[in-house]
Amino acid sequence: METAGLKKISAAVRKEILNMLYKAGSGHPGGSLSAVELLVDLYYNHMKFNAELVNDKSRDYFVLSKGHVCPVLYAILAELGCIPKEELDTLRKIGSRLQGHPAFDKKIPGIEISTGSLGYGLSIAVGIAKGIKTLKQNNRVYVLMGDGEQQEGSVWEAVMAASHFKLDNLCAIVDCNGLQIDGEVKDVLNVNPVAEKYKSFGWNVIEIDGHNLDEIDAAYTKAKTFKDKPTMIAAKTVKGKGVSFMENVCGWHGKAPNKEQLEKALKEIEKSQSDF
Amino acid sequence: MVKTFGSKATRFGFGEGLVELGKKDNKIFVLGADTVSSVAINEFQNNFPDRFANVGIAETNMLGMAAGLAVAGFVPFVSTYGVFASGRPWEQIRTTVCYSDLNVKIGGSHSGLMVGPDGATHQALEEIAIMRCLPNMTVLVPCDVIETKKAVMAAAYYNGPVYIRYGRESIPIITEENTPFEIGKAVKMKDGNDVCIIACGSMVYEALSAAEILEKEGISARVLNIHTIKPIDKDAIISAAKECGAIVTAEEHQIFGGFGSAVAEVVVQNCPVPMEFVAVQDTFGESGSPADLMVKYGLKDVNIVAAAKKAVSRK
Repeated sequence: METAGLKKISAAVRKEILNMLYKAGSGHPGGSLSAVELLVDLYYNHMKFNAELVNDKSRDYFVLSKGHVCPVLYAILAELGCIPKEELDTLRKIGSRLQGHPAFDKKIPGIEISTGSLGYGLSIAVGIAKGIKTLKQNNRVYVLMGDGEQQEGSVWEAVMAASHFKLDNLCAIVDCNGLQIDGEVKDVLNVNPVAEKYKSFGWNVIEIDGHNLDEIDAAYTKAKTFKDKPTMIAAKTVKGKGVSFMENVCGWHGKAPNKEQLEKALKEIEKSQSDF
Repeated sequence: MVKTFGSKATRFGFGEGLVELGKKDNKIFVLGADTVSSVAINEFQNNFPDRFANVGIAETNMLGMAAGLAVAGFVPFVSTYGVFASGRPWEQIRTTVCYSDLNVKIGGSHSGLMVGPDGATHQALEEIAIMRCLPNMTVLVPCDVIETKKAVMAAAYYNGPVYIRYGRESIPIITEENTPFEIGKAVKMKDGNDVCIIACGSMVYEALSAAEILEKEGISARVLNIHTIKPIDKDAIISAAKECGAIVTAEEHQIFGGFGSAVAEVVVQNCPVPMEFVAVQDTFGESGSPADLMVKYGLKDVNIVAAAKKAVSRK
């Protein structure tokens, strides 16, 4: 899909994220909004995945390691026809399949495993990638992590393993929005230079602007060409991207907008779309 | 004398079971964590190198990888010392494996005090408690090498996560190839009606020995081998409570939250009778020979005998 089409879908996804968080009354807008372009391009231009391929052995796998940003994933899965759009209104409500963090037992097409406890997703992706190699198949495995998440020690066990087992079918994306609950990542516990750390552990690393769809697309394409090494895409992003009063504000990590804030946010997204 | 068929460490039953499974099923994948030979999974590695991975001293990653392998369609078995198989990656087991109800099988070797000279750091005494509280988890504690092999074979085709607890030290073989083994079904090792000794793992042999001592003193003791702590065989426990009127549990594990607690949960809800618990009394172990430790920490037949008499006296 061309950049213009991806931008249109990104705007629709942003609006769905904000609407569902407003209706839920809680949840995580900041990190959901920072990952929109990274996941829209992945699902529309790179992953072998759609509503018909949900259980197909040849599908590519996606693991949402930073599970709290599931609204962005639910919105994309709804766009792809894996979840009925009206179901997005049930987010975080009793009896809903759309849990506050992705739940495998709720049988949502496209959710491969439960996630939400930070630092676990990369190990899971390493296991899937190792399994695929053992089966001599060509599926690719993608995993999205946060930059704050890199503080978890288990991430680095998995970083070592991915390199050791030469998992060139694995692509990790680190959404470097620079913020976590308690403040700026660099102040809470600095993880930088995260790109250099991955390089020194034997990974290919591609550094990009995580909202520039052309750069994102080129990175995913390039990642497929590397042999014998896993790839990490270090994506510089803006937490709360697309909503002026949420951008780079730590307080929007885990807070839902009220009605007034929602309307203002939706107007901004619509305006940016018409400007484009 | 309790009838035995030699002795062997249960870890070899785990290793032999895996090799047998590996031959007939290419979905079996084994992960080790630098303790490959000592937990007896090296034969699987030698026979099926393509379906084996040593992940190094990194147990949390091992459990995450096992979850990923299960997502990719394999039946992964992981194994290392019990403390590091259950405690270190506990949250991965909870949130990644059990919450998604994945087909991950966890082998916790080197369980109990009988790890001996390595001391308290390596003596796993809490796994039953911290594994049985997890939804979707099945917990198996086989009593000898033959039963361990059967447990491994059964676990491979039992849906969902399974924890199998076994040990390093050679212990008496008390079951035979044709002894029935079904997950969730207790095995009556000896009949009796004054008291029922319910044991798991290494303590089943001690229970049989205790029953012989009690017999000589005119107390008829039933012995139940409960190799499946979860889901537990409620019917066998309720029958024991009704027909014997007193129960003693025996486990090489901490007293709180483990096997005895699991049995007590069934007893108090269905047929309350006097109960006594033979277990490690809320304390850490120490270095020493396995034999010396079992005596010092009160895990011998004589301790079961004393507990049985006390339970009978409370009827």
